[in-house]
Amino acid sequence: MRGLQILVDGFAISTLYALGAIGFSLIFGVSGVLNLSHGGIMVAAAVAAWYIAGPLGAGQYLGSLAGVGVGVVFAFATYAFIVRPIQRSRAIPRDETEIFVLTATLLWGIMIQEAIAYFFTDSPITVRPLVNGVVDILGVRTPANEILTAVICWISIGLLWLLVNRTRAGKTLLAASINPRGLTLLGFELSSIYLMVWAIYGVLAAIAGVLLATFLGTSSNNIGVLTASAFSIVVLGGLGSVSGSLIAAYIIGYLETVTAYLISPTLRTIPSLLLLVLVVYVRPQGLFGRR
Amino acid sequence: MKKAAVMRRRAVRGRQMVLGALGAGALLLPVLETARAADPIRIGVIAENSAISGIAITNGAMIAADEINAAGGIAGRKVEIVDYDDHNSATDAVRAFQRAVNQDHVVAVIGSYMSEVALALEPWAARLHTPYITPGAASNEITRHVKEDYAHNKYTFHGYLTSTAIADANCDFSHDFLVEKLGMKTTVMLSEDAAWTKPLDEESKRCLPKAGLQVLDSVRVSPDTTDFTPIFNKIEGQRPDVITTGISHVGVQPTVQWHSEQVPVPMSGISSQATTTSFWRDTNGATEGVIAQVVATPDVAITPKTIPYAAAYFKRFGVTPAYTGYTTDDDVHIIAEAVGRAGSDDADKIVAEMEKTDYVGTVGRIAFYGQDSEFPHGLKYGADFVSGLMIQWQDGKQVTVWPARVANGSLKFPSFIKLPTQHASAQ
Repeated sequence: MRGLQILVDGFAISTLYALGAIGFSLIFGVSGVLNLSHGGIMVAAAVAAWYIAGPLGAGQYLGSLAGVGVGVVFAFATYAFIVRPIQRSRAIPRDETEIFVLTATLLWGIMIQEAIAYFFTDSPITVRPLVNGVVDILGVRTPANEILTAVICWISIGLLWLLVNRTRAGKTLLAASINPRGLTLLGFELSSIYLMVWAIYGVLAAIAGVLLATFLGTSSNNIGVLTASAFSIVVLGGLGSVSGSLIAAYIIGYLETVTAYLISPTLRTIPSLLLLVLVVYVRPQGLFGRR
Repeated sequence: MKKAAVMRRRAVRGRQMVLGALGAGALLLPVLETARAADPIRIGVIAENSAISGIAITNGAMIAADEINAAGGIAGRKVEIVDYDDHNSATDAVRAFQRAVNQDHVVAVIGSYMSEVALALEPWAARLHTPYITPGAASNEITRHVKEDYAHNKYTFHGYLTSTAIADANCDFSHDFLVEKLGMKTTVMLSEDAAWTKPLDEESKRCLPKAGLQVLDSVRVSPDTTDFTPIFNKIEGQRPDVITTGISHVGVQPTVQWHSEQVPVPMSGISSQATTTSFWRDTNGATEGVIAQVVATPDVAITPKTIPYAAAYFKRFGVTPAYTGYTTDDDVHIIAEAVGRAGSDDADKIVAEMEKTDYVGTVGRIAFYGQDSEFPHGLKYGADFVSGLMIQWQDGKQVTVWPARVANGSLKFPSFIKLPTQHASAQ
């Protein structure tokens, strides 16, 4: 009974972690950018979804869609106003670009956090669930919304897989992550590939943000934690490896759930952080890392 | 080289300007002294502006000051609020306190609903000899410090119920309703790990059994817990009739998951965020059926002042006040009147007058316990003073269910809740 509960509960949370981290990993794989405003984009999407669905009265479906839209806008803004100017700047030495991007996205994330706290207060809110009610899975009372969340996440991940492996645009994306220089030599415009990857990232991060907020609620105070959890999943899975992130998300999700059920809910994140330290120590490239 | 020289010159000029200003200040001093009678009564307000319970402190103080000033002030002196945002940080709050006293020359400070922050300000009230009152923190430590070292800590007042009084009120309600009317016999306590819940849990463990509820377990959770599924799972396994809550900073999560997972046990007790009217919106209605303790609601006339105050607040800010909005309004009046009675800005005289407070405010008749009581400078608890109310969320509204003399509705639970009588009929 308890084992089953852990299985069901851990699955939903792990799937959400996976969706959040895949976009993060993709961006790094393709353009070498570690976007530390990740949590900010997720929470911005969630707060927009909440505000449009609730106080503006648009209903949960329209609100959630609009929230995803806002997330994409934030992702593009991050690329257009934060990342690209730094990558193009002549004043910043080439080999220091990454650290500048890291710092700038971190600050951008803090700006988003403060802005949300200012306009919407930092008290936690929940996005209205897409469906109500509970389903009995072999004696485990599971909210229907939790099942829907897992389904939506997996559909998104499936679509991403189709896009990358079955379409021309996706294949250039894959090629860009393997050898960007080779791609430019073949006459591809890297900047349009970057735009595409940021769009994909925006959609994934925003969906994850909105769904997480229907499930666990959200607040501007969560931004740092969300970024950190995506970061640790991606490091554990191997920087730039999308399938690695997927597996790492399940490892961390289940490790947390098992800890919460069998040891104590307060210690939830500790074992996964210990695991992360261990992995960085013995296998710095992560479980499935290429570099 | 040149740069350094310029900077040095600037520094020298800066120092000269400071000296000049000091000189001018010295000349002005006698003038200021005589002008004091017409000086405003400046009250510092320190709160976290991005939290619902924090901003209500600042807003409540503004309304109180405007009300006093519209009526001509206190002995011809206007009340002026100087507000500071502490970002929910004890360090920021202490810095604000120092600035309020040393630079902005306030006569007293109203600050913070967080026990941790209030406890950080208490020693500064003592060091800077400035009356300080917290409109929302609950920890017993606040008054305990006054008791242990009255001479130093007498500047601090506790403008909200102590955790012990809060637990007592909840026990009284539990006895009158949950035990007597609904036939409940057992409970599991669910509290967040914070300074204010330690004395709360201690008192609850003592008074709940007396009220007729056997405490099966006491679960303490970290305020940053995000997933309550394992916790509810465990509690449900113990089969209590009710969950007695002690939550404030943990957010919407327990309420939302309680609802979405349809935990069949009612939640009743202290849930600070459920006291604000925006809680319904923030949880998308998941709070339906939750019972929470409040000091006042916008539509219950605890005193003749409650409803007009809540209406004025709503008119100005578009939301109803959080609990700290009510208590802060009272605190501004208490301080201003004490300054008026003292006829001076002298801290010790103001403290002496504040101790004599007997003021009918928005949350009840306000008086402080004396030096020899268990909780010196704490708010007096009881039916004749401040006792609080218990509300239950029903269809988007807070319905007052206790005490009987002000109740405007009875208990009603969502369909997934199983009450003891239903347990019995099902078996």
